[in-house]
Amino acid sequence: MSQFAEYAISALLLFGGAFTLVGAIGLARLPDFYTRLHGPTKATTVGVGAIMLSSVIYFSSVDQGIDFSEILITVFLFMTAPVSANMLAKAAMHIGVKTVKDTEGNPWHQ
Amino acid sequence: MFDRLNFPQPWLSWVLFLTWQILSDGVTGGSVVLGLILAWIIPQLTHGFWPERPGFKKPWRMPAYILRVLKDIVIASFSVAWLILSPRSPRPVFISYPLKLEHPLAISILASTISLTPGTVSADISDDNKTLLIHALDAASDQEVINDIYNSYEKPLMEMFQ
Amino acid sequence: MITIALYLTIGMVTLAALLNVYRLIKGPDEPDRVLAIDTLYINAIALIILLGITLGTRMYLESALLIAVMGFVSTVAMAKYLKRGSVIE
Repeated sequence: MSQFAEYAISALLLFGGAFTLVGAIGLARLPDFYTRLHGPTKATTVGVGAIMLSSVIYFSSVDQGIDFSEILITVFLFMTAPVSANMLAKAAMHIGVKTVKDTEGNPWHQ
Repeated sequence: MFDRLNFPQPWLSWVLFLTWQILSDGVTGGSVVLGLILAWIIPQLTHGFWPERPGFKKPWRMPAYILRVLKDIVIASFSVAWLILSPRSPRPVFISYPLKLEHPLAISILASTISLTPGTVSADISDDNKTLLIHALDAASDQEVINDIYNSYEKPLMEMFQ
Repeated sequence: MITIALYLTIGMVTLAALLNVYRLIKGPDEPDRVLAIDTLYINAIALIILLGITLGTRMYLESALLIAVMGFVSTVAMAKYLKRGSVIE
């Protein structure tokens, strides 16, 4: 394995792990449901995407040729994250989840 | 009978065929045949869910749009990460975004893009498909967010679809 | 070097999963819990990929794909249940 691939894989792994962690921290510490929705849809998706990318580089630089299954999973995650976020936001508005005090504007009534 | 042996949605068929080749272990005769069968039968079965054809006018602009969105997603996650880790509490805002796009596929692409990029999640759409409810994690003013989204995402999509 | 980065990343993702479990238990509303499960399955996919790199095999990719599909369907089903009170109308 080339030196460059090794650096790239390590950097992508750490980047992905850090973003996954940041997404989870956001989920744990942001004040209300709608703000918590932002952590997982962005940070976690990007983090897992970076980990997938490092896996693609690792396996194609070790020996087994290029295989795009990881890319398929990443594309799937990027396509589904907005959909599940949207469904959850609609469900939360229907239930009437409380927003944090200094939110401007109002959610719609369902 | 041969009337039914067509591909009502060539784009969907191509995507299904290529996805099947990626999923199976290497491109072989069997996977090509099965891919063709799937690319034919799935659009037929799901025809009722997609009554109108995707109205792409300039599909060759799509790759540039996707690259731009990918770049924005990476930048967006840095800004969201910064907000999550900083001690001050964010200023969340609900914004009603006036839609100028009319095609349903274009609207759903825009909504997904909004959910994946800087500090915004698209939460709902009005019944007449004219207004999009957006939740912004940290916004200085409504108008700024609306202008941002219009210039960087809705305009390119309008050029693609109309 | 990859080994060190790999173990650090596994540690971070595991910590992330623990934080998700915290939100899953704490709530306070049902959508929060569904969101926590949603994030948890994405972290599980990341852990499976990392396990695959550690063991040097691609065998686990299929299961990661399955978790991705099933996780998405179950999140949507739960969101729909919360909104309408039933999954299939």
